[in-house]
Parts: sequence; structure tokens; C-alpha cells
Amino acid sequence: MKSKSLISISDFSKEEILQLLDRAKEFEKEPIQRILENYVIATLFFEPSTRTRLSFESAVSRLGGKIISFTDSMTSSVQKGESLKDTIKTVCSYSDLIVMRHPREGSARFASEVASVPVINAGDGANQHPTQCLLDLYSIFKTQKRLDDLNIMMVGDLKYGRTVHSLVIAMCHFNTTFHLVSPTELKLPGSVKVHIKDKNLKYYQYTDIVEAIPKADIIYMTRIQKERFSDPIEYEKVKNSYILTAEMLYTIKPDMKVLHPLPRINEISEDVDELPQAYYFNQAINGIYVRQALLANILGV
Amino acid sequence: MTKMLRRELKVSAIENGTVIDHIPSKSLFQVVRILNLEDLDNQILIGANLDSQKYGKKGILKLSNKFFKSEEINKIALVAPTATIIVIKDFHIIEKSNVTIPDEVFRIVKCFNPNCITNQEKVKTRFTVVDKRNLRLQCHYCERITAKDNMTFI
Ligand SMILES: [Zn+2]
Repeated sequence: MKSKSLISISDFSKEEILQLLDRAKEFEKEPIQRILENYVIATLFFEPSTRTRLSFESAVSRLGGKIISFTDSMTSSVQKGESLKDTIKTVCSYSDLIVMRHPREGSARFASEVASVPVINAGDGANQHPTQCLLDLYSIFKTQKRLDDLNIMMVGDLKYGRTVHSLVIAMCHFNTTFHLVSPTELKLPGSVKVHIKDKNLKYYQYTDIVEAIPKADIIYMTRIQKERFSDPIEYEKVKNSYILTAEMLYTIKPDMKVLHPLPRINEISEDVDELPQAYYFNQAINGIYVRQALLANILGV
Repeated sequence: MTKMLRRELKVSAIENGTVIDHIPSKSLFQVVRILNLEDLDNQILIGANLDSQKYGKKGILKLSNKFFKSEEINKIALVAPTATIIVIKDFHIIEKSNVTIPDEVFRIVKCFNPNCITNQEKVKTRFTVVDKRNLRLQCHYCERITAKDNMTFI
């Protein structure tokens, strides 16, 4: 996997995903391994995303690597009209790997084609955010002790939620049964469903949140955003129908866990936070192990 | 000056080369552009708005001493799926074939997604054809689908 960029979760085979999760497990056991002491990592955030940036920078620091970044004056050179290609080519001469977030879809793929160093996509517009997906996979793997043959329930905005799309596509490697809960307007798009159908996996669609809960090994919650609705009345109708509360969790599988890519608005009621099923705050730390594993694997150390 | 001569003008033969027949009239100049014929020094006969029994009006291109690789000629399938390719040697037709939709499309189509990097920076477009029958192209960069109805050519 040396010198390979990660742009989209579908760039990784099942074996590569499993190998990466195994490596993440090693970093969880021993988080401080100074194997990147001779490496410089550039974090290029063309739009802010504090959470993702901190996670990457923490991962690099735990590996002993150096981080270089934009300052405001550099961002302004981009605003002055320097092309993405020129910026990337310049940064390549300063660094061994680029972590990049950019508001345009496809920017990361393009950057990886012009860069002489590997590129990790930390989000390209509404398109892909593969390290979020890897951390979701790691959280599932860790809490269920396996990825195969699970019942994954996904709730909320399944139409626009890119974390949902990536997770569905990745879980299609593992004989998953999908329980898809959303308002009719926000159903999983056909372009993603085709991956489920290609593998002949089972999926069920619901508009009601409670029905699938007893079957779920994982409940993956997402936000429903007002701007996704053309009709505000429709939003008002559904906004409170997809909130997970503690009392809904009375019949559940023993190891069931609730995940959420965060930040949450109100879709998980606070009374769930205290339950052993609440796993969303633990996910952040998993993100660091996964990013450590990814950096180490890509740089071949 | 009868009907016959006029007919002959339309179909005047070439000795060696390629004839692209049954091009939809509205796509004729797109085909010229896709195949970069402006840059060609060979003799080219262009026939526009000719009567066609099958299609009403058609266009035709006759290119002397020009032969195409199939992946090159298949690029025109997006705008002229009905086109017939006729290869001529010594005034004889030695091969007649239809165009087929290619697996990948480079440069000629614009990505439908306005927020795609190909519409924001100088990046050449590239697509995988995910559905040949309904002509659905997946952008190599933003991964969105550009379908027949919202396809524009560069
Ligand atoms: Zn695109």
C-alpha cells in the first residue's frame, strides 16, 4: 500500500480495509510510536473542519511527525487565484504526504493525480470522506468483534448524508443486512443501493424509527437538515420523528451500539448518553487510531 | 443535368479513406469537433442536411486517406449513435460497422455537477460509462452521474 492515496473508500479492497483495522488495533494498544519522525505531513484545509483537522494533527503528533499547514496569508494566495494544481505541486516539495479538505467535489482525486506524494482526502465537498468511514468501520469492528453478517440500521438523511453512503458501500463487503430508516424524501439513492443489489444483500426500508431497533447490531444516526427540504412544512412534519430516545431501547440486542458521525443536533436525546449503548463519544478517539494506521500504511513505515 | 448527376455529387466516391454516414444532422459539426477534423490536412467532404430514408435528414463525412482506431471513432457514439463507419480501399468498401458507446469518455462531455472540480479549475473531464443503454456517465472526479438529458458537450 506504499505511496497510495486514499480518495474514496471504494479505492480500498476488503483485504486492505481489514489490514488497516488490524493496524489501528495496534495503535490503540500502543498509541505513541514515533515512526514518522523523519516525515513532514501537510494539512491543507481549504475550508475549515476543526474536528477532522485536530484528529489528523493528533495522529501525526503521536507518530512523531511534523505538521505544516496553511496560515491565513497562504490561504489568501489561493484566494488570489492560484490554481489548485499549482498549490498542490508547491506543497509537494515541502512534504511527504498531503491531508486535504476542499469544498469542491473531485478536488482530492485531481490533487492525487498532480501530486508527487500521496494524498489523503479529508472531505471533498459533498463527495467523499473516507477516513470518517474507516473510523465508523473500526467502531463497528471493535464493538461487535467482527464486521461480517451484521444488521446495520441507518436513520435520518440517507439521501444526502455522505457518511451513510460510504458506510453502506464499505459494509457491502461484509454480508450486511441493512435497515434503512428515513422520511420518504430522504431515502437512500439508487446509485448507492446498486452496491447492495450487486452483492445480493438484504435491505429493508422504513419510515418509522422503532420497528427495526430490536434487530439492529448497530444504529447509525444522522442529522436531518432543514435545507434539504423544498417544502418547509414537510421538514416540520418529520423533524421530530427521527429522534432516538432511551425508552425506545428497551428491546435490543445485548451488544447493540449507537453511532453518530457528530456533531449531533437533537437526533439523539440526551437520556441516551448515559446508556451503555451510547458509543458516539468514543468514536472520536477511534478516529485517531485509524488515521495513525492509515498514515503509517501509506508511508510504508 | 439529371437527377443522376446530383445524386453522384452527393455520394462521390473516395479512393481510400473513411466515410462516416448516417450522422444525425444536428450532430454533424459536433462529430467534426470530437474527431478534431479541423486539424486534419486530408481532403474532407462534408455533406449536411442530406435526405435519408431512415432518419429524415442526415450528415455525412468523407475523409480521404484517414483511418481510425475503434476507440477513436467510438467517441462519436455519444452524439451520433446511428453513425455507420465505412472503410474504403481502392474505391471498394472493405469494412462497414456501427459505432459503439465506449467504456470511458475523455474531454468531450461537461460534468453536470456545477461544484465539480472540472467546472471550477482547468481539469479535463473524464467519465466511466456506467450505463450504455441509457447513456449514464459517472464523473471520475466528483463521482456524480451525468445522464443523457443533462449532457452538454465541450
Ligand atoms: Zn464531476
